[in-house]
Amino acid sequence: MDNKIVNESLIAGKGWFPADVSTFGNYVDSLYSFILWVSVILFVAITIVVVTFVLKYRKRPGYVQPGGEHITHNTKLELAWTVPPLILCLFVFYWGFTGFLDMSVAPKNGEEIHVVGKKWIWQFEYKNGTKTLSEMVVPVNTPIILVMTSEDVLHSFYSPNMRIKRDVVPNRYTKIWFQATRTGNFQIFCTEFCGDGHSQMQGTIRVVSAEEYKDWLANSGSADDGLPLEKLGEKVYSAKGCVACHSIDGSAMVGPSWKGTWGTSRPMTGGGSVIMDENYVKESVNYPIAKVVQGYPPVMPSYKGLLSDREIDGVIAYLKTLK
Amino acid sequence: MTDLNAHKVHEVAHHFANAGHEFDSAKLGMWVFLVTEVLFFGALFVAYAFLRWAYPEMFVEAHHLLDWRMGALNTLILITSSFTMVMAVRSAQVNQRGKTAAYLSATMVCAFGFMVVKFFEYAAKIHHGYLPAKFFTAHAVSEHLHLFFGIYFMMTGLHGIHVVVGIGLILWLLRRNAKGHFYSEFYTPLEMVGLYWHFVDLVWIFLFPLFYLVG
Amino acid sequence: MSLPAVRTDYINATKGWKSWLTTLDHKRIGIMYLLFIAISFGLGGFFALALRMELLNPGKLLFTAKQYNQLFTLHGAVMVFLFIVPSIPASLGNFLLPLQIGAKDVAFPRMNLMSFYLYLFGAVFCVYSMVAGAADTGWTFYTPYSITTSTSVISMTLGAFILGFSSIFTGLNFIVTIHKMRAPGMTWFRMPLMVWALYATAIIQVLATPVLGITLLLLIIERVAGIGIFDPALGGDPVLFQHFFWFYSHPAVYIMILPAMGVMSELVTTFCKKNIFGYKMIAYSSLAIAIISFLVWGHHLFVSGQSDYAAMIFSLLTYLVAIPSAVKIFNWIATMYQGEIDLKAPFLYFLAFLFLFSIGGFTGIMLGSLSLDVYLHDTYFVVAHFHYVMMGGTVMAFLGGLHYWWPKMFGRMYSEGAAFVAWLFIMVGFNMVFFTQFLLGTKGMPRRYYSYLDQFQPLHAFSTSGTWVLTVGFLIMAFYLVESLLNGKQAPDNPWGGLTLEWTTQSPPITENFLDTPIVDCGPYEYDKVKV
Repeated sequence: MDNKIVNESLIAGKGWFPADVSTFGNYVDSLYSFILWVSVILFVAITIVVVTFVLKYRKRPGYVQPGGEHITHNTKLELAWTVPPLILCLFVFYWGFTGFLDMSVAPKNGEEIHVVGKKWIWQFEYKNGTKTLSEMVVPVNTPIILVMTSEDVLHSFYSPNMRIKRDVVPNRYTKIWFQATRTGNFQIFCTEFCGDGHSQMQGTIRVVSAEEYKDWLANSGSADDGLPLEKLGEKVYSAKGCVACHSIDGSAMVGPSWKGTWGTSRPMTGGGSVIMDENYVKESVNYPIAKVVQGYPPVMPSYKGLLSDREIDGVIAYLKTLK
Repeated sequence: MTDLNAHKVHEVAHHFANAGHEFDSAKLGMWVFLVTEVLFFGALFVAYAFLRWAYPEMFVEAHHLLDWRMGALNTLILITSSFTMVMAVRSAQVNQRGKTAAYLSATMVCAFGFMVVKFFEYAAKIHHGYLPAKFFTAHAVSEHLHLFFGIYFMMTGLHGIHVVVGIGLILWLLRRNAKGHFYSEFYTPLEMVGLYWHFVDLVWIFLFPLFYLVG
Repeated sequence: MSLPAVRTDYINATKGWKSWLTTLDHKRIGIMYLLFIAISFGLGGFFALALRMELLNPGKLLFTAKQYNQLFTLHGAVMVFLFIVPSIPASLGNFLLPLQIGAKDVAFPRMNLMSFYLYLFGAVFCVYSMVAGAADTGWTFYTPYSITTSTSVISMTLGAFILGFSSIFTGLNFIVTIHKMRAPGMTWFRMPLMVWALYATAIIQVLATPVLGITLLLLIIERVAGIGIFDPALGGDPVLFQHFFWFYSHPAVYIMILPAMGVMSELVTTFCKKNIFGYKMIAYSSLAIAIISFLVWGHHLFVSGQSDYAAMIFSLLTYLVAIPSAVKIFNWIATMYQGEIDLKAPFLYFLAFLFLFSIGGFTGIMLGSLSLDVYLHDTYFVVAHFHYVMMGGTVMAFLGGLHYWWPKMFGRMYSEGAAFVAWLFIMVGFNMVFFTQFLLGTKGMPRRYYSYLDQFQPLHAFSTSGTWVLTVGFLIMAFYLVESLLNGKQAPDNPWGGLTLEWTTQSPPITENFLDTPIVDCGPYEYDKVKV
């Protein structure tokens, strides 16, 4: 099966969490450890008391329940188990809140990237107009501010390694920021249920050095010029989100599989049929809803302006290889 | 049963101690029910407030499209009906069955009157295409005028349904009254429907200024 | 103990299925609820088994992505609306409330029956949705996905809307019953704590459910006519839907857990033969929970883009609602001190609740903290947390209560040995399924995912294998409970030595509950003064 997720970059961490690669680790990991260990201590204490009571006072031959009036109040004891937990809770609240504020308020000198969520891809747009799909390239040790919105339903931008998450809402902008502390590839998930391709709506944050970032931004896209068309198409397939809905092994996903379709006659929704040729592929990339294969929902977003002509040529060349 | 002043003696349900106990329980139940009704409409008032906050200028445009005279007429009709409802309960308390019937009928006439006015208002809106988004066909300055009519039809419609239910309840009361079920010792259904009717009235007292007057 | 061969009781008082369908007896209505609640639990459990099966590996095993999404929606909707909300109040509560306060029936028996039929009517719509293109929105019906999806959202929400009224009428009935129908001498502070819990629950049912009703109605009309309030494409705000939805659904969490806490208080006193520690604290904490529960809905929206200050207040209030729950736990443990602890099946479920609910509470502390919630929100951590609270809490207490009152309801004893074995399977299976999910969530596994990264597979597979252990436990239980109805030993009137009023009448009770109206002159749990 090819439902497998291509992006294998979620980095396993040493302890409970994935590797901590942003400046927010402290607000999340230390607080988690604190609550965890306090909870473990309290839970063990409760268990010891309960088990002791059960063993000591259980009904058994020869056991006589202590007589006298039952104790139903003990103000000191009751205060002891009400006030300290309350103080502990308030302390945890304060810790979480201050961390949350730092995570919400972005520094002024950050690098701004616009994020658009749509079924079921992430699109990133840089200040100079560069657009990428599924992969966000960012410089290390620089605050990155994400201004996000959705084109259709709710999504949620989640990077476990950066410890950030925020809903992506249509008709509204939401903001988060982060600062990566090391280079590498890190997983992006969508965490607000958004339909059939929800679990495929993934991406990567590629953290690079400041110089590399500058170069990439200046020459974005041209790096692929040397690739042969078929290879370019294969790359587009996995990097630009096609993989979320189209398989290459013949199995039906949200969209039809690409395997063995080239040159065949495709039945259309609403009757008629179309030959799968260069023109149909190009039209479907730019205006996906125009002609939809029978039996599939008209849900594909338009890639107009998101794929270069050469990249579309690459997809066509790649399709031809999938027999 | 032909004697106007004869009445059927009410039997207290087996699990109550006496008629007073039964009446008190019913009344508490009715009040709790009205609390749920308040919350039911309350959420809609919150939605209204939200839309108003989001699109203030659209609301200014929209409220000119409603005829405040029609609204005021309906307010008058409902307040009158609340009064006749009180009198219907009162008449039962003093064993005046004929008067109970007369006041109940008056209340029902008012309720019908309200619905007739409502019908003309709705008809005009539908004619001009002032409807929720999917059916909205009118020309409007504000892009979001359909939102106003969405919440307008939702709230007044839900209120209208309550009025219709009220008409049904009053019919039921008239029938029972004719059979002589109500007298000074037993008028629980009258009292309960009365409370319901006042609530319906009260909702309108809020709806009228919010939709027709505040611009 | 010798019992007469056949006594008149509420079960054999009248005969034929018609006498059941038209009954006004709260006990019969409670039993009918119990039947349908058990069926719903089985159905919801079946969906859970199926969706866990799909998660055995990252790719496709049995279902497509859409079918998987429908499965978790149905699992959630059935478990929430058809099972857990009505579970304890409508079945055990209906049966017990009048018995425990010494009344002949609830205040409005006809409304009680109507509420049952509304439940069935609502269930019909939910079942219709299942066969006619089941909804795939998740049980939360978040807009705008729920507006745009082609699946049958309308019938599912209509079902939930009707079920809401069933719940409102049950709550209304209970409030009036508790206010007006108490036996002579049954003052507020002589009421069993189960009654206090049902009272607090009823308040939430009456106040919160109408808001869910109107929200779902708005959603339905949104789909039909495009009213626009929740639809961003028309100028509305999808986050407003979340506020409305959680204004009900967070208090609803307490509709689910408060009655369970009531059952816990009954279990601990009876099986430890002790007067309850801190009666008033437990009673008041139920009310405190009911009130504060209305002010914490925003903690479901920490990452939705609501204002930081709103988030701050909701987080603070969330911690305040944690305290009364903790106080109850400590009170129950203190009650065990110097008792005579009888480790019968109901008490085993008491212990299960104590441990599992504590874990649910501790992890709740983590989720209530703002910065940590940013990381854990909508991951398997949340899934594990609410299953520990809802299943580890409510379902365990429900099972404890079911075993406790089973002899009273049906006049038969079940097999104590089989009950222990089932309990063991359920405890082991439950922790296998859900403790694993804490680990998954901590590692960053998002919820409602059809497929997942390979690195999560071992944990997912282990979690799935736990569901089979859990299933075995429930099958054993179903078997011995049915067996007890057929061949069980006849139950004495008071098999556990309880002191509350339901144990003073026969098992099963007569239609009128008590031969003479009981007169109450002491608290409900005075084991130190009364000898059974």
